[in-house]
Amino acid sequence: MILERKDILGIKELSKDEILLILDTADSFIEISTREIKKVPTLRGKTVINLFYEASTRTRTSFEIAGKRLSADTINISASTSSVVKGETLLDTARNLEAMNPDVIVIRHSAAGAPHMLAGMVKQSIINAGDGAHEHPTQALLDMMTIRAKKGRLENMKVAIVGDIAHSRVARSNIHGLKKMGAQVTVAGPATMIPRDIEQMGVYVCSSLDEAIKEADVIMMLRIQIERQHQNIFPSLREYAQRFCLSKKNIPLAKKDVLVMHPGPINRGVEISPDIADGPYSVILDQVTNGVAVRMALLYLLTGGKA
Amino acid sequence: MNWLIKEARIIDPSQHIDDRMDILIEDGKIVKLGRNLSPSRKKGQAGMELAGLVVAPGLVDMHTHLREPGFEYKETIQTGSEAACAGGFTSIACMPNTNPVNDTRSVTEFILRKAAETNLVRVYPIAAITMQSQGKALAEFWDLKEAGAIALSDDGKPVMDSAVMRRALEYADSLDLPVISHCEDTSLSSGGAMNEGFASTELGLPGIPGIAEDIMVARDLLLAEYTRSAIHIAHVSTAGSVRLIREAKNRGIKVTAETAPHYFTLTDDDLRTYNVNAKVYPPMRGSTDVEAIKEGLRDGTIDAIASDHAPHALTDKEVEFEYAASGMIGLETSLALGLGLVATGILTLSQLIDKMSTRPAMILRIPGGSLRPGSPADLTIIDLERSWKVDDEAIRSRSKNTPFLGRDLTGKAVMTMKGGVVTYDELHN
Repeated sequence: MILERKDILGIKELSKDEILLILDTADSFIEISTREIKKVPTLRGKTVINLFYEASTRTRTSFEIAGKRLSADTINISASTSSVVKGETLLDTARNLEAMNPDVIVIRHSAAGAPHMLAGMVKQSIINAGDGAHEHPTQALLDMMTIRAKKGRLENMKVAIVGDIAHSRVARSNIHGLKKMGAQVTVAGPATMIPRDIEQMGVYVCSSLDEAIKEADVIMMLRIQIERQHQNIFPSLREYAQRFCLSKKNIPLAKKDVLVMHPGPINRGVEISPDIADGPYSVILDQVTNGVAVRMALLYLLTGGKA
Repeated sequence: MNWLIKEARIIDPSQHIDDRMDILIEDGKIVKLGRNLSPSRKKGQAGMELAGLVVAPGLVDMHTHLREPGFEYKETIQTGSEAACAGGFTSIACMPNTNPVNDTRSVTEFILRKAAETNLVRVYPIAAITMQSQGKALAEFWDLKEAGAIALSDDGKPVMDSAVMRRALEYADSLDLPVISHCEDTSLSSGGAMNEGFASTELGLPGIPGIAEDIMVARDLLLAEYTRSAIHIAHVSTAGSVRLIREAKNRGIKVTAETAPHYFTLTDDDLRTYNVNAKVYPPMRGSTDVEAIKEGLRDGTIDAIASDHAPHALTDKEVEFEYAASGMIGLETSLALGLGLVATGILTLSQLIDKMSTRPAMILRIPGGSLRPGSPADLTIIDLERSWKVDDEAIRSRSKNTPFLGRDLTGKAVMTMKGGVVTYDELHN
């Protein structure tokens, strides 16, 4: 099977079969990263540009390693400010990059829809590495890969996503993906962090951590961005932690074999207590490992690879 | 110019006329309406057979942005006037958010001078309520009126300070100057890029809740009631605003309101592709709002349809959605989109002409909107059957930012006449 699309812009556009194809391909790539010589010649002569308009350590490094393990030439461009501030438009940047004939452009941007705009302008494959509060498809794919690897399936899994859903692209991509794969999704957070009409995405909404994680197979905790306190979406980190910190106290409400996930970077003691982050339920570092495999799979499939 | 127009379907809401008749025009004025009129003995009179076409009083667009002075790369009074003629408009009112802002006599006079040089359409400057539309100090309303301004608005920005708005309403009312309010509570809307709802949630774009409009409409209605002055609400986009205005009218508050064609034609779902040409303030709302707008038009709560023609150059638009300028052009598509309401039975043709000509002229207290003998011969000749496509190349506005690009529309102004002079003509070209 081949992936018949030019770009990966979001999970919303992917079919269940396409998600399975990507996850299966990623599973087959996981072994490469465990070898003594962690490199295969698959993408030799291909060029991957990582165009990051927003700070990122994990995702950018993960894409870079993924490209390098497949022998692609990877180039990182970090634009510290948005295109508007910088003076060159995204359109011009894109056209310049296009003129250098890369094969794949990976883009992260603080503005929702920026990858879609880019995809319409250039002939190269675009991978969305996170656009505003819209989508972060590779994160959702690596999350689904991790759940499937640990639980054997995604169907009927009870997944709780907890935190600032309104500003989270991770939440949106995971909701799209998990719903397509037959999981049940509950989102939780203070009402100020729940975006309008999100029930229409097919999720349960609740405002208590205990209710959300009850009998859960998977708990995804989202990072709380401290600067958002100024927008009055929560009164203080102290109060947020008292209501929504996943800890030894509340984790027994979930299933005994619950998986605790976090897209990182974590705020220890705010949304997740250190003993949980480092404890037996946590698969946070498996997520990071699987992230490389998922990104290898996407680079491979988008450049015409067959699964 | 002298004309005898024969056999047209004449629609004049000001005289409750919808009938097959002739019109006699002499020296740029309407002389007579009636059946089987004979040519007068005036020299140079031309006959025009218009069987099958509609003749209406020239359309009046009470809400446009002509961008001059200051943003001539987006539009000029010349190009905006050309677009107006092609859209069937003979009179247009232009908002003051130019650079400099039209908050002083010299800017008003500049606009009128440019419009006189262009001489295609009657241009009526709307002056700012507050200096630089900053919402603090009142502009010199009397002086602006003397210079030719016909109304006041800080359009694009709301007057957030209720005390300033109160004083503006009182002062303007004493001068018989209409105040047009852009209703938006910026504390609720700030940073938003589209309507807040399911679409914004899925798209991850910051939302502007409908209540940002409703709250300010409610405030302005209360202020108008208390000060016993008149107020006109610009670009109504929400079900809440329609309800509030309807209630206010029932209670006798002197309120009038307009909406724009996109608010009864599109919803926030039309932004699913991050189409920057569909980005507009106030934003396109949900389908219940669209239904309420249509009902408001039908039952008369909404008096007028105005384009809110807001040209932006490609460079303002071809950026990330959140950074893209807001607004869309509308002069050349308003009539056809309005005719969509007639086709779906929401308005009669006469009601549509009322909302696009007679009523806006009355609200702004300007000439036009009528075919009464003695009125200037401002006419729009409409072919209800004409199918056409909104085409980039054919748009006369300097900017092409419309979400209707490529759309097939039905109904078009095929000739526009101002004071008996043809300003646009598809019939004889």
